[in-house]
Amino acid sequence: MATNSKRTGTRVRSAVLTVALLGMLGGCATSGNPKDPIEGFNRAMYGFNEAVDTVLIKPVAKGYDAVLPTPVRTGVTNFFGNIADLFIGVNNLFQGKPDQAASDLGRVLINSTIGILGLFDVATEAGLEKHEEDFGQTFGRWGVGNGAYVVLPIFGPRTVRDTVGLVLDMAADPVANVSSVPTRNTLLGLRLVDARADLLPADKVIEEAALDKYSYVRDGYLQRRRNLVHDGNPPRELLD
Amino acid sequence: MKRLIGLFAALLFSVNVVASDVAPDVLVKNVTNEVLDIVRKDKDIQAGNTKKTLELVEAKVLPHFNFQRMTQLALGREGRQATPEQLRVLTGEFRDLLVRTYSKALTEFRDQEISFRPFKMAATETDVKVRTEIKQTGGKPAQLDYYLEKNAAGWKVYDIEVGGISLVTNYRSTFAQEIRAGGIDGLIRSLQEKNQTAAAKAK
Repeated sequence: MATNSKRTGTRVRSAVLTVALLGMLGGCATSGNPKDPIEGFNRAMYGFNEAVDTVLIKPVAKGYDAVLPTPVRTGVTNFFGNIADLFIGVNNLFQGKPDQAASDLGRVLINSTIGILGLFDVATEAGLEKHEEDFGQTFGRWGVGNGAYVVLPIFGPRTVRDTVGLVLDMAADPVANVSSVPTRNTLLGLRLVDARADLLPADKVIEEAALDKYSYVRDGYLQRRRNLVHDGNPPRELLD
Repeated sequence: MKRLIGLFAALLFSVNVVASDVAPDVLVKNVTNEVLDIVRKDKDIQAGNTKKTLELVEAKVLPHFNFQRMTQLALGREGRQATPEQLRVLTGEFRDLLVRTYSKALTEFRDQEISFRPFKMAATETDVKVRTEIKQTGGKPAQLDYYLEKNAAGWKVYDIEVGGISLVTNYRSTFAQEIRAGGIDGLIRSLQEKNQTAAAKAK
């Protein structure tokens, strides 16, 4: 008898909590877009991210882009790309793609040695193409659906599934696991700025193309994830 | 023998002019190479001269796009309520938006290499996908796919996918949103506003 009421008590509590949470989010929600159930919240967060980007990240990225000569920029991108290849390989293994995983590990080996610690992407010249995988895609491959579209502070667009994936990506990230805190922060900062600088040309195109930047970015993100999960061969959505 | 070769060459040249009989992948390849060649040699375009880029796009690229089809696809179901006049205005505005966006993207082109993926089609097919790739430094090559449809005027592009993001599908959501908010006229107004602001900035 006692256990029954305790269980009911916990169930009621979690139900109340869920309803309260949904209510909070629901309060911000606008007209139902099935892909974007918490649109109100997302738009607000998107606005916040844009502000931080405009004030802080983009100027630094632009300065970085202007100051560093292209070969150095390429070297930095390659360096971090090489580190990323390790877990790209791991994810390919988890997705049941051993050939691609072998290719990724091959890339790490070649680029770390002949490519001098990853500064030179020799592997691509050798025919080992770079892949793009993360834990979010692995879950997608396993059949986990997207879940709601979520705009995370700073990190930007994700889905519920990809947020879980992001947590795992960060836990596994070799750069984030560097023991010396100053070194780690410098590396993380450098990687962020380099990635942002790589996206500067895309900014201009989106500015031109979008009627509503928020939904343009959202729809682009969702389409891109679908494409990545299927490794470039998504089933074509019927247009008419 | 020489006369035959000469005849052959003449035929090949005329085929390029009569675009309607060119296979879709050859069409994409030719136009892409032609346009990029021009961009590579033109310092103005690389510096961001929008006017020049627009002219280039109008002359070399636009004739191969079917904007009516693209607009209809982007409108989707909601578009069925549009009158022919509204459709006409919409197609024009959408075309302007797309041309400007495409031109902007071209000004960002530096020296990337484009590779054309192997292409196969049955002789009777009228709807194909031509895949190309843009090699980028430090990253995976970017996919750039063209969807072409054959009609009386030949093969025309009705959708482009960049990195798996379909242009038409992306605009579909935006259009649906605008139509929900202000009807077809609301959508026309938004597009016109956007085009006018952009044109003013370009001056």
